[in-house]
Amino acid sequence: MKKYKWLVPTLYIIFLMLPIYWLINMSFKTTTEIINTYSLWPQKFTTENYVKIFTDSTWYMGYVNSIAYTVFNTIISVAAALPAAYAFSRYKFLGDKHLFFWLLTNRMAPPAVFALPFFQFYSSVNLFDTHIAVALSHCLFNIPLAVWILEGFMSAVPKELDETAYVDGYSFGRFFFKIFVPTIAAGIGITMFFCFMFSWVELLLAKTLTATEAKPIAATMTRTASTSGYELGLLAAAGTLTIIPGAIVIYFVKNYIAKGFAMGRV
Amino acid sequence: MMNKTINQKAWYFVIPVFILVAFNAAIPLMTVVNYSFQETFGNNVFAWEGTRWFKQILLSERFHAALGRQFAFTFIILLIQIPLGIAIALTMPKKGWGVPVCLILMSMPLLIPWNVVGAMWNIFALPDIGFLGHTLNSVGFDYNFTQQPGDAWFTTILMDVWHWTSLVVLLSYAGLNSIQPAYYQAAEIDGASRWATFRYIELPKMKKVLTLAILLRFMDSFMIYTEPFVLTGGGPGNTTAFLSIDLVKMALGQFDLGPAAAMSLIYFFIVLLVCWVFYNLMMKNEAQS
Repeated sequence: MKKYKWLVPTLYIIFLMLPIYWLINMSFKTTTEIINTYSLWPQKFTTENYVKIFTDSTWYMGYVNSIAYTVFNTIISVAAALPAAYAFSRYKFLGDKHLFFWLLTNRMAPPAVFALPFFQFYSSVNLFDTHIAVALSHCLFNIPLAVWILEGFMSAVPKELDETAYVDGYSFGRFFFKIFVPTIAAGIGITMFFCFMFSWVELLLAKTLTATEAKPIAATMTRTASTSGYELGLLAAAGTLTIIPGAIVIYFVKNYIAKGFAMGRV
Repeated sequence: MMNKTINQKAWYFVIPVFILVAFNAAIPLMTVVNYSFQETFGNNVFAWEGTRWFKQILLSERFHAALGRQFAFTFIILLIQIPLGIAIALTMPKKGWGVPVCLILMSMPLLIPWNVVGAMWNIFALPDIGFLGHTLNSVGFDYNFTQQPGDAWFTTILMDVWHWTSLVVLLSYAGLNSIQPAYYQAAEIDGASRWATFRYIELPKMKKVLTLAILLRFMDSFMIYTEPFVLTGGGPGNTTAFLSIDLVKMALGQFDLGPAAAMSLIYFFIVLLVCWVFYNLMMKNEAQS
């Protein structure tokens, strides 16, 4: 039995890769070929779908927009969550437990519930259709997540570290940035990974809060699909390209993923 | 557990988070509460309706049906993904080149935008040009997820298993990695069977991460919107219209703001209730360890 153990993860990975392969396969076909013939690989290999995406600004700006608000959100979330997580991991204060649970409830709120009020709210403060609106709205679920993960990492650092630093004459600020932050660097990396991930994959809010200027790539895809019939080849190419940023990010954090999941209690 | 000092000044550290989240959660939530008790006539004209919308939603068959579908979906998802995730984590390599390969490839589905997941499964499952649909039909199944409710459910569930099982795998794998080799050696000396090792060593050590996995999978599958919306659009008919899909249809499609807001609150309340139970379970586990 032990001999065949590798079969389970192998079969699972094949199952995971099949739809991705199919998408990539489609992306190198013309739409006519997709509709008229069924084939496991492109018969007439073409890169015109990709060329179209990289030359048409409505397409490639979608990527720029998506990356812009995702990066923006990651920075805001982590920056705000760092001191808060430190407070939760080191101190008891009035209402700390309730506050922590309240933060988590926002991770539990169905985005569908918030879509309409968000639209009205961000329109009324003139932030509709900006990157900052999407970045701020994604804070709803990313900040609680970031606080939660960072708190896990910080609690794993013994409190003696803080105390020794103070005895050595460090001020709080110097201790925090010179000693504490480097100590939990891996945790910060993991947190950024998860913030990036959840902001990158979310569409409902991103789509509701944008029209043209900050429209995410994912929304560009749905609209093109409905206006010009089904341009399947183009759609597949655009979809394939959305996998790449995620793949790059995973590559950088691969050694921390498993550890981060457990420690950070994601 | 670390013994924490009492320090009310710690609130200063929490203020940025508090403001950002309150700004995002409290204001929109109050808007929803506002709508749920009123009738809108457009142009900001409102009339007080009391609990009428809540009664209407709670008694409506449409809501019951959507809620039923939602619970069925979430239940099936958990039933498949949790055991499957554990099984894969147990059989994954523990060292060598296989580890990063498995981790990277298995994390891939987690980082694909949700509507791309839906679109990808759509073209993968189409009966004429999709690999899955074409293969199933050519071996004799009459498969068409756009026409037959059973097939639509099958495809939606398969898609979610594809999308999220890796999360359970990663969590379980992390839990397994935290077990000291000494435990396994002891089990071997005692001549414990594979099952006994799993039942008495691995499973208790994974309890914490598994509670978390169930909590996360419950939350996210209960809120699922984009993937089934792109894949089936809630159809055929309403057979795969889960709570979020139904809600968006009501709020943005029909602009029935009052009932939609009431439904939002009931919906949110259900998620909160279940999560609260899980959260307390988790905290109890943590206090024990």
